[in-house]
Amino acid sequence: MRCLAASLLLCAAAPAAAQTVPAPTLDPAATAWMLVATALVLLMTPALAFFYGGLVRSKNTLNTMMMSIGAMGSVALAWTLLGYSLAFDSGNGFVGGLGFAGLRGVGLEPEGVIPHLLFMVYQATFVVITAALVSGAVAERMRFAPYLAFVTLWSVLVYAPVAHWVWDPDGWIFQLGALDFAGGTVVHVNAAAAALVAALVVGPRRDWGRRAILPHHVPFVLLGAGLLWVGWFGFNAGSALAANATAALAFTNTFLAPAAALVVWTTLDAVRTGKPTAVGAATGIVVGLVAVTPAAGHVGPLAALAIGAIATFPSYYGIVWRARTRLDDALDVVAAHGLAGITGALLTGVFAERAWGATADGLLAGNPAQVGVQALALAAVAAYSAAVSFGLLKTIALVTDLRPSARDEGRGLDLTEHGEEAYAQGEGAILVLDGPPHPVSAPVPVIA
Amino acid sequence: MKLVVAVIRPERLAETLQALYHADVRGMTVSRVQGHGGETETVETYRGTTVKMELTDKIRIEIGVSDAFVEATIAAVLAGARTGEVGDGKVFVLPVQRVVRIRTGETDGAAVTPVE
Repeated sequence: MRCLAASLLLCAAAPAAAQTVPAPTLDPAATAWMLVATALVLLMTPALAFFYGGLVRSKNTLNTMMMSIGAMGSVALAWTLLGYSLAFDSGNGFVGGLGFAGLRGVGLEPEGVIPHLLFMVYQATFVVITAALVSGAVAERMRFAPYLAFVTLWSVLVYAPVAHWVWDPDGWIFQLGALDFAGGTVVHVNAAAAALVAALVVGPRRDWGRRAILPHHVPFVLLGAGLLWVGWFGFNAGSALAANATAALAFTNTFLAPAAALVVWTTLDAVRTGKPTAVGAATGIVVGLVAVTPAAGHVGPLAALAIGAIATFPSYYGIVWRARTRLDDALDVVAAHGLAGITGALLTGVFAERAWGATADGLLAGNPAQVGVQALALAAVAAYSAAVSFGLLKTIALVTDLRPSARDEGRGLDLTEHGEEAYAQGEGAILVLDGPPHPVSAPVPVIA
Repeated sequence: MKLVVAVIRPERLAETLQALYHADVRGMTVSRVQGHGGETETVETYRGTTVKMELTDKIRIEIGVSDAFVEATIAAVLAGARTGEVGDGKVFVLPVQRVVRIRTGETDGAAVTPVE
């Protein structure tokens, strides 16, 4: 995703670059890979729906899953019509222009070595999953309509400008030289800051801290984590925006870091509670994936193992600590995505090497200043995302209630928000017919 | 001795158990049941099929108590299970002819007195 120095033509949004390189042409191999990578990243959103859906109680399964699935509609729409332009059209250091609004000028011409439309839709799958991540913090207690309004507006007012800061050559963080290969800062820290604010503004679940709230379907959690890992190959390796060696490096690192995190997390579990848990294993995989995201195409494979292993500690102890506080971040978005995202981004500043294709060396390659640049980018993104999220939620709360009534929350949001049950038995269901009822006495034609 | 049977809302189970605990009522059987007590039906839609759910999920708690504990048990269930909306459930108190504790063979009052 970053415009690599060796392939500036990836940044067609920069007119200066276009003048200094030969006219870009489409690369069929890159186009084929990016088509697949886009589909893989889209898979992450239903995967997240299963991951989150399994972690909540059965009465909130569908609502929690719909919070992810819903983002595939409205957030994708907002991105296509407006967000993409604010993120990737040339503008100032803080926001892109409106040149690409409504996909004006976004056609089949090359953007880098792939069609511009393909670049747009690849980026669309990123904003969808980022918005869906936020839902974990408000699960089981936020009404569906204000939730969807919040993440959709957030995707335009927060995600798009932040993507511009970090990934567009005009962006001020890009020009500082911060490294974020596939979105550790733009996706994970950004979403986690919004999640933290949303959990605080919406408030805790009414029964949280007063009774045990257990995951209702752990197999769903494992299914979700497994599919997230598969989809993440498209997320990280696709961020090379080409079928090249950098993509292969990012792919390998996306395999290695979660493996290391899984081992460390399971070991911590076994030491602390005496047993390696399945929910812990699923969480470890996600933490490893988050941590390697900013580093994927910038560090060597052994560094990726180290990043996965080290990033486990803050997230693990963050989750243990959070459960004892009054912060009801229901599905631990802040610990899993925020802390791992921060650790991963800082470690990118430690382990990055030009020898592996990074645009800047990190601390271990003799450039300690890179860690400071990474920290500045993290702080700016987290502060902006938190501030705008607070304003958005307070504004939406003026129009409609963010929370369901105590009665609806008690019955579960599947029934009260969606009129469905995840595990309907059909017992006691009486058919309601809109038209005249079928005459009982009329003979039913049988074709034998 | 009496058998107290309470049919309550599933979402009030935790509060009811807590209230019973504080009333020193121990020993009960809890089952998931479905029933209808005059509350508004829930309408659910699956694609083209719209249904009214005539039966709602309820929890049935059965508690065998000695006569001295009947009022305390009822009061605890009312305190824990009441929301004030239609559909909060019922408490039934039934006479019990005989109780035998299987482990010891103790009968009646001794059988429904918790082991300290």
